Amino acid sequence: MTFQEIADLLQKKFGEAITLVKADAAVDPFITVSAASIKDIALYLREDESLAFDYLSCLSGVDRKGTLEVVYHIASMTLRHKLVLKVSVPTDRPEVPSVESVWKSANWHEREAYDLLGIIFTDHPDLRRILLPYDWEGYPLRKDYEVPEFYNGMRVPY
Amino acid sequence: MNQLLQSFFGDTLLTHIVMSALPLLFVLVCALVTIYVEMKMAAHMQDRVAYMRTGWHGTLQPFADILKLLQKEDIIPAAADKLLFMLAPYIVFIGTYAAFAALPFSSAYVGSSVDLGLFYIIAVSALVVIGILMAGWASNNKWSLFGAIRSASQIISYEIPAALAVLAVVMITGSLNMDAISKFQQGGVQNWLVFGGPLPIVQKLLLIPIMLTLAVIYYVCSMAEVNRTPFDIPEAESELVQGYNTEFTGMKFALFYLAEYANLFVVSAIAVVLFFGGWSSPFGSFMSGPVWDAFWFITKGMIFVCVNIWLRWTLPRLRVDQLMYVSWKVLVPFALVCVVLVGAIMVM
Amino acid sequence: MIETQQSQPATSRGTTLRTEEMILNMGPQHPSTHGVLRLELVVDGEIVVDVIPHMGYLHRCFEKHAEAMTNYQQVVPYVDRMDYLSSMGNEFAYVVAAEKLLKIQVPERVDYIRVIMAELQRIASHQVAIGTYGIDIGAFTPFLFLFRDRERILDLIEEVCGARLLYNYFWIGGLSHDLPPGWVEKAKEFCAYLKPNITELNNLLTFNKIFIERTANVGVLPKDVAINYGCSGPMLRASGVDWDLRRDDPYSVYHKFDWQVSVGRGEVGTVGDCWDRNIVRVHEMEQSLRIIEQALEQIPEGNVQEKLPKRIMPVASEVYARTEAPRGELGFYIVSDGTGSPYRIKARGPSFVNLSVIAEISRGAMIADLVAILGSTDIVLGEVDR
Repeated sequence: MTFQEIADLLQKKFGEAITLVKADAAVDPFITVSAASIKDIALYLREDESLAFDYLSCLSGVDRKGTLEVVYHIASMTLRHKLVLKVSVPTDRPEVPSVESVWKSANWHEREAYDLLGIIFTDHPDLRRILLPYDWEGYPLRKDYEVPEFYNGMRVPY
Repeated sequence: MNQLLQSFFGDTLLTHIVMSALPLLFVLVCALVTIYVEMKMAAHMQDRVAYMRTGWHGTLQPFADILKLLQKEDIIPAAADKLLFMLAPYIVFIGTYAAFAALPFSSAYVGSSVDLGLFYIIAVSALVVIGILMAGWASNNKWSLFGAIRSASQIISYEIPAALAVLAVVMITGSLNMDAISKFQQGGVQNWLVFGGPLPIVQKLLLIPIMLTLAVIYYVCSMAEVNRTPFDIPEAESELVQGYNTEFTGMKFALFYLAEYANLFVVSAIAVVLFFGGWSSPFGSFMSGPVWDAFWFITKGMIFVCVNIWLRWTLPRLRVDQLMYVSWKVLVPFALVCVVLVGAIMVM
Repeated sequence: MIETQQSQPATSRGTTLRTEEMILNMGPQHPSTHGVLRLELVVDGEIVVDVIPHMGYLHRCFEKHAEAMTNYQQVVPYVDRMDYLSSMGNEFAYVVAAEKLLKIQVPERVDYIRVIMAELQRIASHQVAIGTYGIDIGAFTPFLFLFRDRERILDLIEEVCGARLLYNYFWIGGLSHDLPPGWVEKAKEFCAYLKPNITELNNLLTFNKIFIERTANVGVLPKDVAINYGCSGPMLRASGVDWDLRRDDPYSVYHKFDWQVSVGRGEVGTVGDCWDRNIVRVHEMEQSLRIIEQALEQIPEGNVQEKLPKRIMPVASEVYARTEAPRGELGFYIVSDGTGSPYRIKARGPSFVNLSVIAEISRGAMIADLVAILGSTDIVLGEVDR
């Protein structure tokens, strides 16, 4: 299916929850959806036979200064189409429902987004830091992040 | 040899000391040579050359290794059971070394020609298990403990088919004395037990396939007893890091190392005594005599050591349950059948 | 020893034996974790009850570093250091993404050289994977046989770009150097040299009875689980999924060659077991040779640097490009804010995702099996931790 067909289908099904369909993006077109509905949309995308998005390629977090964005790159192995989904949440309340129950591969990607950007995935079964030490403070990939002076008594900037 | 030494020294105690020190000397030399041979063989099998810089073709490297190990700091982990930790390597080495007492190196030299020689060797070799268990437990390291437990279960399992193979030989020779078993097979290659021994032709022909099977069974068991690939699960570098000897350094580690190579020779030597004529020359009376006998014994032993090395560097490692499977469900039934058949043939 | 919980008491003839589960730390210094990975094992004797991976020991802040670069080209050396066994593959993924963002069409010769390099690297990477897998199973000799051949690949690559491990060879829009004279012949010679050695490897390791016993029916990864966990590369194909991005989401010039995607068939065990993952890598080496041979025949003349952009200044946009690295789908998500330095780069490494399935497939296996399973996933911690 082409991007436009998928977008139309989603808009028909979820209406309000689809906040933006950007078909004329410079490179990859994408669909922005509301945070609250991402899990339902994800489940629909996976389960619907004409869509069958069974593969979550990549889940990334982006700090857009003021808002935090979660980007889902999903693909279908059987139908060979791809889609980019986005969710935008305010930095001061960065809560996104986890899609771990839909695609297991989201588990570690979401932990990584939590670790580096502080996006909190609700209903995640095991939301711990993954790359940084468990007692690290702050979220390094946020644009306003400042490197701490000391970590456990060791000087950090060198 | 005993008489010769007595006439030389006159003193019985000194004679005994010399007699018992000879195998120690042999153990050291044999271990060094085996280490060198193993490294070179492995290297050539793998398109490498191994050490080339210490002496001619790296011949001095084993000495350098030993020197290095002697200089290393002797570390005892803080949480270790100190007494057992210190004792373990010595017990392992003693167990191995004690086995040399009953090995008939030549028609003129056997440390102690006891009538229960084979029984004695099987018994003292079991001492090694205790040492390994002690080492694994005393290290207070879960990986070492795993290695020790695996080693204990492995050695005990494999002693059963090995003992059955030994039993079959004893049924033919009618003696547990290693020296007597060697003498039994004198007179050339056709008299070796693996080819049926010096028995009447019908019995001999019937025995040949059985003895070949038993020789293979014994050899497989001996590989398991020395904890080498494909049966090196107690050490299993990629699983247990080094198993029971992980925490050992310096001389203690060297003793484990030495014991491994000494043990390698012991089990090969037993195979030689049981199936391949012991010290007897393969050409009957040609090239025989006390010195030639020692030559043949050591050469045959080293050949089996080399086969062991060859297998070690070729095969992957079995898993614990597969190892047990091989012992209990393959080797033991085969060995039992062979023992029964040998018995039937002998009373024929 | 730490007690966790009491497991089922084993009862035999009225006597009750109490067994305890034990927590065992595998790594970060352990020969079989292929780097600095720590697996927290809950074991019941030799049986693994649960596996909890802890990583990050090799975290080098790739994504944070990338944001600090003043130029997209400067990211390439960092990309090299992610999966240090397949630097060419990493560079390939990154430049494909960057070129897609900049809408650059590279000259055909560049594409051909890139494909040749990436496939040579794939062979080298699989050689390390299979060799170290042999060590995990206890066979040391195949490792050195494979490293002997890998040496020839590294020599070939060194001749082209001067480096043996971290190349910085692919530039956005071109390459740092053209092929030196006579290189194509040497590469052809190498292809002829390697083919019999793959047969030798199969005789020594792949079809060894003990190796089959150790790997067949161990760590079976079913098809649907593999897809749901996002596995990719040999790991996914071994589970019977006929999926290769070189064919199914083509990039560069892969559509011009005739080759096959190797899929696990469960020849000696179940589809998706450790043996299948290993044999898929062996077959992929053969297929890569086929691609290289065709590419060497067809390679056009041209200038490899004519399309190098003067200034790399993409419009504010974002792109996700995925390629088939030796270990699977390597994707780069690049966000540009219209300035010269990247706003956000996220690397989707195949090792990272493939590792996440380890707990799922190793529960109930033995410790020795866990080593076999971990080895067959072929992770590189440089990429897991980035």
